[in-house]
Amino acid sequence: MEETIKVERLTKKYGKLIALNELSLSVKRGRIFGLLGSNGAGKTTAIECMLGTRQADGGTVSILGCNPRKDRHRLFEKIGVQLQECAYQPEIRVFELCEETASLYKAPDDWQNLCSRFKLDKKIKHAVKSLSVGERQRLFIVLALISNPQVVFLDELTTGLDVKARRDVWKILSELKENNNFFDFSFYG
Amino acid sequence: MRSFGILLKYELKLTFRNMNMIISAVLMPLVVMLFLGLIYGTKPAGKGLEYTFIEQSFGALCAISICAGGLMGLPLAVSEYRERGVLKRFWVTPVSPVKLLAVEFTVYMLYCLAFLLTLAAAASVFCKIRVRGSLPAFMGSWLFTMVSTLSIGMMAGGVANNTKSAGLIACFLYFPMLIFSGTTIPFEIMPEGIQRIVSMFPMVQGIQLMKKVFLGIPVDKGWILVCTMAVVTGICAGISVRFFKWEVR
Repeated sequence: MEETIKVERLTKKYGKLIALNELSLSVKRGRIFGLLGSNGAGKTTAIECMLGTRQADGGTVSILGCNPRKDRHRLFEKIGVQLQECAYQPEIRVFELCEETASLYKAPDDWQNLCSRFKLDKKIKHAVKSLSVGERQRLFIVLALISNPQVVFLDELTTGLDVKARRDVWKILSELKENNNFFDFSFYG
Repeated sequence: MRSFGILLKYELKLTFRNMNMIISAVLMPLVVMLFLGLIYGTKPAGKGLEYTFIEQSFGALCAISICAGGLMGLPLAVSEYRERGVLKRFWVTPVSPVKLLAVEFTVYMLYCLAFLLTLAAAASVFCKIRVRGSLPAFMGSWLFTMVSTLSIGMMAGGVANNTKSAGLIACFLYFPMLIFSGTTIPFEIMPEGIQRIVSMFPMVQGIQLMKKVFLGIPVDKGWILVCTMAVVTGICAGISVRFFKWEVR
């Protein structure tokens, strides 16, 4: 089975603190990979080093055959990312943020359909800052899926979501995974 | 191009939601021109001179927006997005820093254009000014001065580590330019020694060029100035892309 993510001996130090000590992992197509750890364990550092948004001190990363630091443009066309801290322009509305994000990709998904699936269709004209924590979290998952990704990285997926909302999100993600043979989820949380 | 258009559309919408830009692009030039009109009206710039004081100062007045937008507004807007984490969200998409900077650059270019048009309309109504030289040449000199100044601001915004350092760089550029370029204190009344020093600032040269072109005064070796501004723009654009920072570190 095809390997979509291959990480070998990834190392990251902050001064004397070793955040990642030769981390190696491999994720095959069609799998959900969960990286679990307590606060401060290095989960976000790992995801950032894998995505190339943080310079690792050693090791190699290959995602869908791309080097995240060298093939940034090509890689991010194929993957979706939901960061732990999601930021948005102060006065922007939901539909504006969705349309703006969709415009960055060559073949985006229908964001209105995604918003409906994640129960955000009634909030499309609202300012993002007026959404509840749970709604905003669901919106950023929508933004990660807009690119029609082959791999999705989700950092702290269920922060701010109550038990029912968590189950609903997982149900939607599982359905999307089944309906699309090329979908591959990576869960880091 | 499609994503550039959509990014620009929403950045402009967001700009209008914050009234600051509208006040400074439209209201301010109207008020400034009204006051100047009341004080100076159609008084000539000096004894025996054909052109009025306002016509002599028109280029410098246009430069208020170039200064404010290019050296304060633009760097702070980019660095604020960086500090909030907005640029980091863009980092994990295919968009390039060139496109993001180009969008913000265009927003501030449109701000400078709105200021110019409002100022020109108000000046022709309240002060009865007219272009004594070539209008296309004036627009060209305005464009060059604006683009080169905005590119300096874009560089400051693109490479500054956080809003505090972007603000420091902006102040370092903005206040001397505002005081010595002729936008607030007329260049002509400055002591000769100071005139010689400040003439080295690109924007001061740009304002002098705009003034001469507006008044129809022959310009000596204007092409050197235009080339200098083009080089400054190229270098600043290159630095802002090459050393672009997606997040605060």
